[in-house]
Amino acid sequence: MIRSIMSLGRGTLEALSALGRAAVFLAQSVLAVPSREGWHLWLRQMHFIGVMSLAIVLVSGLFIGMVLGLQGFTILVGFGAEDALGQMVALSLLRELGPVVTALLFAGRAGSALTAEIGLMKATEQLTSMEMIGVDPLRRIVAPRLWAGFVSMPLLTVGFSVVGIWGGYLVGVQWLGVFDGSYWSNMQSNVAFVDDILNGMLKSVVFGLVVTWIAVFQGYDLIPTSEGISRATTRTVVYSSLAVLGLDFVLTALMFGELG
Amino acid sequence: MKRSKMMEFGVGLFVLAGILGMVFLGLRVSGLSFGMPQDTFTLQANFSNIGGLKSGSRVAMAGVTVGRVSDITLDTKWLDAQVTMEVDESLEGKIPRDSTAAILTSGLLGEQYVGLSVGGAPEMLEDGDTIRDTQQALVLEELIQQFVSNMSGN
Repeated sequence: MIRSIMSLGRGTLEALSALGRAAVFLAQSVLAVPSREGWHLWLRQMHFIGVMSLAIVLVSGLFIGMVLGLQGFTILVGFGAEDALGQMVALSLLRELGPVVTALLFAGRAGSALTAEIGLMKATEQLTSMEMIGVDPLRRIVAPRLWAGFVSMPLLTVGFSVVGIWGGYLVGVQWLGVFDGSYWSNMQSNVAFVDDILNGMLKSVVFGLVVTWIAVFQGYDLIPTSEGISRATTRTVVYSSLAVLGLDFVLTALMFGELG
Repeated sequence: MKRSKMMEFGVGLFVLAGILGMVFLGLRVSGLSFGMPQDTFTLQANFSNIGGLKSGSRVAMAGVTVGRVSDITLDTKWLDAQVTMEVDESLEGKIPRDSTAAILTSGLLGEQYVGLSVGGAPEMLEDGDTIRDTQQALVLEELIQQFVSNMSGN
């Protein structure tokens, strides 16, 4: 009895201290003063996290847009409302699928790699050696990665949405014969720039921060063994996916629900 | 060094593509246009029923979009809907005072908009004026109810 209460208390304390460590870690890395070479480190991470993720994000966006076009058409044609296809494809991509699917792909493609990379640095004691020679690993290793994830996520989301809308156009207009003009004009009259596009971008900024934060922190905080690295990599993908989906509900309720 | 230049180029291209994508979303998908707010003037109209008219719905004249609905409030004096419209400035002083405003529907299930039909009076509407002659929205349920009660009357 007493033992189970003790283990509950220990679990709570551990969870709280991990949360506290993660918050301090985030604040220290983001606020780290950028050095002259920091720009180059950031650029290299932008290349790895952003540019290299572009292919998987764009291909997924194309297929999701095409599926939306196909599914939307078969449903809307039953109401004789296939002209609303453009609006349906654009709104579902901009508000939901763009930010969420990009974040999930990003967690799998870039997040796991970040955790493994930093984890291996920790396991081979590179981080400790850096501290020894007076280089702050938070500033040199962690901060460029955080900023790169933060900046590249909205850019990837824009790419996803644009390609998806084009995919919907390809299937709906070119293949299934929705009228070209009504696809675009219906979209234009029903998509609002601030309410739909900027809110979707805001979502992706939040997801970018959360996913990179989780990935980098899991790498930095893991137990430095090969098993620890594999566990941490798995945790990164699981935690980021859950965080993205949960936050998506909260953000949607605030932005598009009647609560806001 | 060569490799680092390539990388910079790649990242630059990536950021540029993101910005271009954003511009595409703004212009092509949401139909954003610049410089709208200043060159309009305000007209008002009271309707006994606005149906599904929303703030942001379009205002059309002879089928051409000339403005947008900017605000809809309930007029507490007459208990009807007061619709404020922002109309293109080039039309200020050119719409006759006895013009009619009607709430119309584009297509059978399309969205609702305000249609202005031109009258013949010599006086013209100025900024802030109210259109007196209005026609309420066609509510499908009322129409069906009327039709049914006429049928049962026969």
